[in-house]
Order: sequence, then structure tokens, then C-alpha cells
Amino acid sequence: MSTLLAAAGSLEPAARSYLSPTGQEIVFLLVGVLVLGAAVVSVTTRQLVHAALWLVVALGGLAVEFLLLTAEFVAWVQVLVYLGSVVVLVLFGLMLTRAPIGRSPDADSGNRPAALAVGAASAATLVTLVVDAFRSSWIDLSGPAGTTRLTGEFLFSHWVLPFEALSVLLLAALVGAIVLSRAKGDGTKPRPGNLRTVLTKTKER
Amino acid sequence: MNLLDTLLRCVGTLAVFLVLPLVVGQAEHKVMAHMQGRLGPMYAGGFHGWAQLVADGVKFAQKEDIVPAGADRRIFRLAPAVALLPYLLVLLVIPVGPNGLVGQAVDAGIFFVLAVMGIGVLGSLMAGWASANKFSLLGGLRTAAQLMSYELPMLLAAASVAMAAGTVSLPGVVDAFHWWWVPWQLIGGFVFFTAGLAELQRPPFDMPIADSEIIFGAYTEYTGLRFALFLLAEYAGIVVLCGLTTVLFLGGWHGPFSDSLGWLWTLVKTFALAFVVLWLRVTFPRLREDQLMRFAWTVLIPLALAQLALTGIVKVAIS
Repeated sequence: MSTLLAAAGSLEPAARSYLSPTGQEIVFLLVGVLVLGAAVVSVTTRQLVHAALWLVVALGGLAVEFLLLTAEFVAWVQVLVYLGSVVVLVLFGLMLTRAPIGRSPDADSGNRPAALAVGAASAATLVTLVVDAFRSSWIDLSGPAGTTRLTGEFLFSHWVLPFEALSVLLLAALVGAIVLSRAKGDGTKPRPGNLRTVLTKTKER
Repeated sequence: MNLLDTLLRCVGTLAVFLVLPLVVGQAEHKVMAHMQGRLGPMYAGGFHGWAQLVADGVKFAQKEDIVPAGADRRIFRLAPAVALLPYLLVLLVIPVGPNGLVGQAVDAGIFFVLAVMGIGVLGSLMAGWASANKFSLLGGLRTAAQLMSYELPMLLAAASVAMAAGTVSLPGVVDAFHWWWVPWQLIGGFVFFTAGLAELQRPPFDMPIADSEIIFGAYTEYTGLRFALFLLAEYAGIVVLCGLTTVLFLGGWHGPFSDSLGWLWTLVKTFALAFVVLWLRVTFPRLREDQLMRFAWTVLIPLALAQLALTGIVKVAIS
């Protein structure tokens, strides 16, 4: 851990004033407000696809925040995984099932207060945790803390076990998804392009 | 001085972005015409119809910009920009020559490029959904399915090069290049180039925009300049894909006199690959939707994994 701390600069409370922010900090705050706004719109809008697109704004804004903290690698991974795959998958699922243009009257749920309570509670926990962990410490961003090399070295020297455990978890999820999607099959899988098999299967349903 | 330097590089990239796709477009007119034994546009401008492209541009600009009545207007208008801008950003980080001849050197260049190119699909999805047209929606869905299937082999092939070079920075990859990388990474290069073609929806992978069955896929309802922007995105995509393949698999600026003529080597290799892209369009019939998916999952991904294993073995053997 010591190398990371050395690379990230000291965590001692620095004699920095919060009243004279640098340009970078102002941009950081503005982007943060944007992310918050986009996230709120994304859960309150009645238009399903718009909600997914506002999610793009929120997640993209987070990537910008990572960039402003010089964590370049994490920022690109955020874009690659969340914008390029997760949101596309969400949109894909929405359009495959139902995605009317305009408001969806049934896009309202009775669980709204419960969801609000859970969201507020987890946000409060996280904010308390982060504020308590860092207090008024100041991290110097001029070092090489966020470069790909350093991130990789830490991931594969200090955090190998969690990393591997996560990949096993993902593999289990993958296998589970395949098992679930094949469970109802009766062994006669329709050959692609063979119309007769497809038709008989449709009749059976 | 630093700001001026950055500004100059950005303007230079913008100029390249505006010129090279048009050159590829003009080359497509001519190459397709010759391969099919016809003349192609010959009259506009006098010499071999060089001004046809300008005329096409003027035609697009003159056309009425129609938004369908049932469409989601804001998203419909925004979609072309979302489809086009990622390629501009990617072009910014592709190294052209040695000694820092690159728009902006990015530390994790390979990741940046693949991440940003993945955003382009959002443009197609937005266009397909917002058009309020069933052909558009189907086209958009096909586009999304295709891009997600082909992103995986592309990533794996790029990861193989990153392993070989020991870096994810694009100039770093070219710096580490040796001639014997070409046979070593040959399979990876094939996978990357093919998957890239599929991401661009170029023939023979143009099922999502197949004119004979779903008109023009996600772009069916677009007219005028917005339609031209989607076309421009396709040609910019060709330039970006060929540039990336050059940088990752063909050694970028390496060649005789690479100190002074490095940029020329990059351009020559890029255009040779662009010629192959056009050639493939004229040569191959279109893959059916299920063949397309099967090709990605049963051919390209195993090949990419084999290349990764090969890269690992050779890397351990020579170190």
C-alpha cells in the first residue's frame, strides 16, 4: 500500500483553503452537479428510452470525473463497460420489449417511496463513509497515480485474489444464464434457416 | 505555447477528419466502377468526374430536412452527431508519424479507442428508435446486436497486440514493433479487421442496413444533411479502422526512411487497407443475419482466443 500512497501523495491534512478553488476543482463540481441532475432525471422521467439516455449522460459524466482525478484508465474502462455495453444492452432490451415514443403511463410504480428510502439511505452511508475516511486530507494529483501501469501493478500484485474471485463470480453468472435460457429446450433445437423446425416449434407454444 | 500546440493539433485532426473520408468516398466511386466494368460518374468537373463528390454534397445540403410526425424530435436530431463524433475523437489519438506526430498522446490509447468507438452504436440505436418506423427499429436492433457480438473479438485481438508490445499506448505499440510481428499477429490482424468491418456495417456485414429487406435500417427516415452525416460517419469509420489496423498490426510509420517519411508510410498502409475494404464490398455477397452472428461467435472469437494464447506462449518464450 505504501507505494500507492507515495504515488498518490500524502494524505496529511494540507493547509489548503476551500475558498479559493482551482479551475479543475470548479469543473469537477460542475460535472458532479450535471451527473446528479442527469441521474435524477433518469429515474423520474416517464419516457423509458429517455431514462436510458439520461443514464448515458450520468455515466459519461462520471468518466469525466475520473479523468479530472487523473485516473485515465478507470475513465476509459467506465466508458467501455458502462456506456458501450451496459447502456446499449439496456436500450436493446427496452426496444425488444416495449419502448413507445412519448410517455409511458405504466412507467410508474407503487414502490417509489421505498426506492427513494433505499436510495437515500445508501447515499447517506456512502457519503458518511467517504467523508469520514478522507476528512480534510488533500491528495496531490500531479503524480502518476492513475496511469495504466500503476493501476495494473496494483491490481495484479495486491488485489489478485479479489480480482480472480470476481472473474469466477462472473463465470458462474454466465453459466447460470446459459442454463436458464436452455432449461426449457427439449433437445430439438431449430437449425438456423430451417423454416419447418421453427414453424412446428411456434405451433407447439 | 502549450495551448497553441494543442489547438494546432486539434485543427489538424479536424482537417484530416474532413478530407480523408471524402477521399475514400471518391475512391469508392471509382474503384467500384472499374471493378464492375463501368465508368462511374465521369462528367462533373471534367477530369474523370472529380467534382461528383462536391455535387453530391451540394445535393445533400439542398434537400429538405424532414422529421417524421411521429418521431421523437430531439433524439432524432441528435442521433447523427452521436454517430459521427466518436470517430473524430478516435482520430485524435491515432499516431501518424514518429516523434510525437499524433493529435493527442493518450496513455491508455487502445482502451480509449475501443471505448469511444463503442459509443457510436448509441447513435444508430437512437436513430432507429426515434424514427417511429418499424424498419428503422428493426435495423437499429440488428445494428446493436451486431456491434455487441463483434466488439468482443475486436477487444481480444487488440489485447493480443497490447500483450505483445507490453503497453496499451498506441505510439508505444508502434515503437515496439518488429517486422516479425506481422506473421506473429496475423490471425489477430484478420480478426480485428473483420470485426471492424462488421462494426462499420460495411458489406458483406451490412445486414442491419440491407436495402433489399429493411430499406436502410436505422437511417431509413433521414434526409438531407443528417443522412449525409451518417454516410460521413461510415467513411470516417473506414479511415479510423484502417488507421488502427495499420498502427496495431502493420507497424504504423515503420518502413524505409521512416524518420522523414513516417507519416507517408502510415497513409500508404491506411489507404491500401481502405482499398481492401472497398474491394470486399464489390466481391462478397451479404451474410444473412444468423450467419453473421454465427461467424462472430464460432469463428472470430475462437480465432482471437487462439491468437491470445499464441501471443502469450511466444512472449514467454522470447523473454
